[in-house]
Amino acid sequence: MTTATSQAEVEQPASFAFTADNLKRAKEIIARYPEARQQSAVMPLLDLAQRQNGNWLPRAAMDHVAELLEMPRIRVYEVASFYTMYNKTPVAKHFVQVCRTTPCWLCGSDEITRAIKDATGAGVGETSGDFTVVEVECLGACVNAPMVQVNDDYYEDLDYDRTVALMDALKNGERPAIGSQTGRRGSEAASGPTTMLKARPRPETDGGTKKDKG
Amino acid sequence: MPKLTIDGIEIEVEPGTSVLQACERLGIEIPRFCFHDRLSVPANCRMCLVELERSPKPIASCANPATDGMVIHTDSELTKKARKGVMEFLLINHPLDCPICDQGGECDLQDQAVAYGLDHSRYQENKRAVKEKYLGPLIKTFMTRCIHCTRCIRFANEIAGVEELGATGRGEHMEIGTYIESAITSELSGNLIDVCPVGALTSKPYAFAARPWELKRTDSIDVMDAVGSSIRIDSRGGEVMRVLPRLHEDVNEEWISDKTRFACDGLKRQRLDRPYVRKDGRLQPATWPEAFAAVADRLSGLKGEEIAAIAGDLADAEGLMALKDLMASLGSPNLDCRQDGAKIGEGPRSGYIFNTGIAGIESADAILLVGTNPRWEAPMVNARIRKRWLLGGQIGALKVGVVGPDVDLTYRKEHLGAGPRTLESIAQGKNAFADVLKAAEHPMVIVGMGALTRSDGAAVLAMARSISETYGAVKEGWNGFNVLHTAAGRVGALDLGFMPGEGGRDLPGILDGAQSGAVKLVWLYGADEFDVSQLGPDADNGAFVVYQGHHGDRAAHRADVILPGAAYTEKNATYVNTEGRVQRARMAVFPPGDAREDWRIIRAFSETIGRKLPYDSLTQVRNRLAEVNPVFGTLDRLPEEGLGDFGEAGKVGSAGFVSPVDNFYMTDPISRASITMAKCMDEIVGRASAAAE
Amino acid sequence: MLRDEDRIFTNLYGWYGADLEASRQRGIWDNTKALVALGRDEVVEQVKISGLRGRGGAGFPTGLKWSFMPKQSKDGRPSYLVINADESEPGTCKDREILRYDPHRLLEGALLSGVGMGASACYIYIRGEFYNEGSAVQVAIDEAYDAGLLGKNACGSGYDYDVYLHRGAGAYICGEETALLESLEGKKGQPRNKPPFPAMAGLYGCPTTVNNVETIAVVPEILRRGGEWFGALGRPKNCGTKLFCISGHVTQPCNVEEELGIPLKELIDRHAGGVRGGWDNLLGVIPGGSSVPVIPKDICDTVLMDFDSLRDVKTALGTAGVIVMDRSTDIVEAIVRLAHFYMHESCGQCTPCREGTGWMWRVLRRMGKGQATVEEIDTLYEVTKEIEGHTICALGDAAAWPVQGLIRHFRPELERRIQAYRREAQARAA
Repeated sequence: MTTATSQAEVEQPASFAFTADNLKRAKEIIARYPEARQQSAVMPLLDLAQRQNGNWLPRAAMDHVAELLEMPRIRVYEVASFYTMYNKTPVAKHFVQVCRTTPCWLCGSDEITRAIKDATGAGVGETSGDFTVVEVECLGACVNAPMVQVNDDYYEDLDYDRTVALMDALKNGERPAIGSQTGRRGSEAASGPTTMLKARPRPETDGGTKKDKG
Repeated sequence: MPKLTIDGIEIEVEPGTSVLQACERLGIEIPRFCFHDRLSVPANCRMCLVELERSPKPIASCANPATDGMVIHTDSELTKKARKGVMEFLLINHPLDCPICDQGGECDLQDQAVAYGLDHSRYQENKRAVKEKYLGPLIKTFMTRCIHCTRCIRFANEIAGVEELGATGRGEHMEIGTYIESAITSELSGNLIDVCPVGALTSKPYAFAARPWELKRTDSIDVMDAVGSSIRIDSRGGEVMRVLPRLHEDVNEEWISDKTRFACDGLKRQRLDRPYVRKDGRLQPATWPEAFAAVADRLSGLKGEEIAAIAGDLADAEGLMALKDLMASLGSPNLDCRQDGAKIGEGPRSGYIFNTGIAGIESADAILLVGTNPRWEAPMVNARIRKRWLLGGQIGALKVGVVGPDVDLTYRKEHLGAGPRTLESIAQGKNAFADVLKAAEHPMVIVGMGALTRSDGAAVLAMARSISETYGAVKEGWNGFNVLHTAAGRVGALDLGFMPGEGGRDLPGILDGAQSGAVKLVWLYGADEFDVSQLGPDADNGAFVVYQGHHGDRAAHRADVILPGAAYTEKNATYVNTEGRVQRARMAVFPPGDAREDWRIIRAFSETIGRKLPYDSLTQVRNRLAEVNPVFGTLDRLPEEGLGDFGEAGKVGSAGFVSPVDNFYMTDPISRASITMAKCMDEIVGRASAAAE
Repeated sequence: MLRDEDRIFTNLYGWYGADLEASRQRGIWDNTKALVALGRDEVVEQVKISGLRGRGGAGFPTGLKWSFMPKQSKDGRPSYLVINADESEPGTCKDREILRYDPHRLLEGALLSGVGMGASACYIYIRGEFYNEGSAVQVAIDEAYDAGLLGKNACGSGYDYDVYLHRGAGAYICGEETALLESLEGKKGQPRNKPPFPAMAGLYGCPTTVNNVETIAVVPEILRRGGEWFGALGRPKNCGTKLFCISGHVTQPCNVEEELGIPLKELIDRHAGGVRGGWDNLLGVIPGGSSVPVIPKDICDTVLMDFDSLRDVKTALGTAGVIVMDRSTDIVEAIVRLAHFYMHESCGQCTPCREGTGWMWRVLRRMGKGQATVEEIDTLYEVTKEIEGHTICALGDAAAWPVQGLIRHFRPELERRIQAYRREAQARAA
């Protein structure tokens, strides 16, 4: 088990370059912005770099993005250090972010943190095995509180037991269904919607399924 | 024009004036930290909040334009409360370490806390501590004191043109720095210390050296380049403690280069503080009479043409005048001030000065740089070009073409070619930049010494003149032909005609003469920037060398007699900058030991050989200067001259122009003696060249 | 209660597909060409008639906002619509449902709103954490382009219109419109000084309007059914339907679309299964997302959920994120967590917010344990007043108000803790 380290202590790779595929993607992203405004692509490109690099962003990757976008490096460092989703230190395979803000806390987010620690051995700010656990501010799924985000996916309507089960599933290499862990479709009331009662839910459609786009 | 009311007084202001500026116009002081006249306006410190009637919130007076009908209150309860609150916030995480802070006594935060703050702290939590940052050999950081005004970032981005500083992280963890620790690679970095309103960025060489109230302030002029920046010399006892910029809108605005600011420790090292006379092959300490006697001995019986004088780059006009008059009385026509061999000085004054003035750069819309790296030769000139370039969006783009070294000048430029052949193609209209110049309303040509200190220098000069004339750089109300000098004393020397007289020898002639035996005594007035070995190995196999100067630099080692002179901080001296602006340096401290002001040394010597120069006081010398050239009767004035005939049309070579400054930090005896400059050389120039390899 | 036939968000819970085909079945993209053909002035007029006020929190009249956009580009600069999908206000999770379940409704709104403000392109700025939601939007954009609904000659209307998705990377402050624009330009999300306002100089210095997801998504229905239909719903000056997010101590937390002006009690009882343990077990409610002051039960008993009614009781509708707290709640800790949130999310640019948010959090955290003096409550209140109204953007106010709400309504609780701690300390000492 390790605790989070500051950037200076992290061993930085000597170099970074986008793969041919990602370079192509990067160019597509840059094309979304007007000419000479390529700096707008800095956030998506840092994200792309982080995804290519096992979910953390080394300095060499920031420099690579700076070069690609013809930006002074310091402007990229500013961006990378401002936004919380850029991991400046390595994280484990399952990057677990527990929402700690009031709506989730009211519904027992402390219990979720405890469950994760019990199930994975990693407390807040710690890495253990395949799990890195951090507390984050509101993730915007408040009516499905408490919830966690694991890498890109939200897992909602948790309690202690459901959280342990979720962690166990991840540990076993499973890919649990994302979203509510109690079987709610979305953000309707748990016992069923209170409006449009004549309408008939169609559980087979899944608007929230992960699609590898954008 | 908007008319607004501030504290009951009505005032009409130019459109675009900020509320803060309108207040200042009425003499109403508005406290501020982030706002700086010459930088962009982020309005982040919130200290300048003032009440605006009918606005639910107070407004940041620095960022809000004055508009018609505004009613502003700068002394209302609302305004006072806002200031008090902001001040309290600034102080909660600011250490109370004023007694050990170098900014103490000249700190904006300290002053404004007294004026606008509470008398006690209500903050009971632990204060934030921030790790120090390494910014190089010049700037010491104490980032816990930082109030995040971002002036330093804006200075680096906007004025210095090096995007290396930033604010990383966010919220209360936001930190100013370079993120990856490294020295700031700007020749203007010392100004960061001045723009920092607190003690977060302070001078490393000056650290803990003195308190402001102990210092004597002397307003003076810098000589580290030919710009003649206005400076303030702070001294204590007989020691120059630091050099700071002084406002001069037309020259350096409120900035100075790092060499101007930090080379002053070189004033304390390798000084010539007593006369020396060479005996038995070695320089031995001597008294003034002994030294004078040794020179007089050697002079006796020499004919005028066997004597020569070479003036150095830091020579002041008074000393030059005395030396020139001495040489005249000895009958010597062998004078030269062009150690670098620049083919310049013949013909009208407009042929060797920066005719538009430095401020004139702001009117230019196209600039052709010929054989110069202004960033290192004259950082203030370069900063002004960058300023003009940045204004492009507002007043039209500036196009810069470069013939010569291709270096990063901090602004966009087009590198047209390396040498005179490119210049020729422009002159012949074959290069596209010719059209740029032609189309420009105020085209400008800046010729550096790198273009003129070569055998084809006169032809290059003629070509630059012809380009200026052909492409409209010289017309009614605009003389865009500019020469950029690197030596502080050069224009003054040219103005005094410190040049070969009738049948006299120039520098190469003098050196030839020394080797052939035709020239038997050479008086070097601070001349260290030529190949001294050309004077012959010693007095028996070459010239007898008198070295008058302040540093045991290159030439002093070859001297047979050393006459210890005064450095620029130690004399009341006249310099003429590259613009032809006559300015005065003032004595801040006395010359060390037996060293004396230079004109007085020559005047005293003249008496010992019975050729007493006709002036006994500074006033009399200066009268003599004005007699020789009326420009010396003016002070701090920009000459307005048309272009005359100068240069010499002829064939040009093909070699590329080379800037005379290959190492910004060491260009003269003072900066070469400076430990601080040596450190800059290692860490900044050294790193850059390592990176280039 | 809002009649089902007046609902706009008919796929709020994701019962139907988010794809183009399913969206068309809900009436989206139905003869949009005709709505584009209404023209700029008519679109703005209908939105003005509808009384629509911005759904992102500030409640500024949308039609009026659009009318600030220049009528004609004088210098060739394009105009932009930027959709604020950076939904990050604690207690708020309504835009997420539109983004993942009803993206075509948003895209159709993007086109029609663009017509209303003379924009040539739209950027949708979505918070980075909404990865899957962003992917759903991107799929919808691709579908719309393929179907000729967006891009050149959108919907065959002759109007050229591009829509791009831009993902954020974790910064609440980017929900502030000028911080969002900075971020979109590839910089740190630090709010700009105003003036100039985005309608004059926004994205890339061009005229820009930033609107919330929900605001844009209701525009097609307003144009289809007419502004008067929307304006008749809700209460005067507080018109139309609104998505409410009811979280915290209710038996059935949920999102629901309701008429503005619905009583808070009815909202909670009818849709969220009531307060846990019954209405009398209610301690207080934060009615409009974390930025607005908490109101105690006695106000909750009667207050109506709209802009003006909530303003009258010194709180606000904000995003309509209703955070319900029952009597078991440690109310101080609830606000401490919000104070922590604002400290964490302060951009750090301007002094009062950078320094004040941390100060408030630290004092309040101590105070929650009683480790403070009663006088410090007043000091804390003054600190909130020194932040409020003194910052570049509204985050300063947003950080101050929850703390002010706590002191205003729960000061006795703070004093009780302080005194209890003192008694314990004395007992320990004795």
